[in-house]
Amino acid sequence: MSRSLSKGPFIDYKLERKINKLIESGKKTVVKTWARSSIITPDFVGFTIAVHNGNKFIPVYVSENMVGHKLGEFSPTRTYRGHQKKK
Amino acid sequence: MARIAGVDIPDKKRGEIALTYIYGIGRSTGKKIIQKAGMSLDKKVFEWNDDETAKIRKIISDELTIEGELRSEVQMNIKRLMDIGSYRGIRHRIGLPVRGQKTKNNSRTRKGKKKTVANKKKAVK
Repeated sequence: MSRSLSKGPFIDYKLERKINKLIESGKKTVVKTWARSSIITPDFVGFTIAVHNGNKFIPVYVSENMVGHKLGEFSPTRTYRGHQKKK
Repeated sequence: MARIAGVDIPDKKRGEIALTYIYGIGRSTGKKIIQKAGMSLDKKVFEWNDDETAKIRKIISDELTIEGELRSEVQMNIKRLMDIGSYRGIRHRIGLPVRGQKTKNNSRTRKGKKKTVANKKKAVK
């Protein structure tokens, strides 16, 4: 089920604040976050965000195509390297 | 035989159904097209005259993306997901279900035919 339109997209408040600060200062440092469910807004483009996957932070460089997706989509929580290949 | 949208030649069926032979048109879209052209749903394709066929062709080419164009659009969308490295893209890449289905059993459509792993030999006493 999709989210109610009246609420608008979910953006993590603290993450948004941090990004805004970075935009103001013009710096591009890596922002650590746990907010996997936060949507990526156009403001995030060009920044690197380290998204927690339950174990460590995966750096995600946000490109234009990613806008509208959630941060968690880019930080996989499971490792699966495939089954053993036959020789 | 009527030839609509390049290669498709459906015939001897009701218009609504015949149109579904085109990639990108299902039952409901087919029905909408026929109604929009102001034709009877019960008419079969061989009963259409040239005017009606032309009308249908026009509606399809003006309002819908079908066949190759639609296929490439779908492929582009999948490619986008893979390129940005999202979870859905990764699932497409390794050929597993994309929408959170379980993979303990089944999901044969995505995984392809069963690949049996040979039994390990039991230790013989």
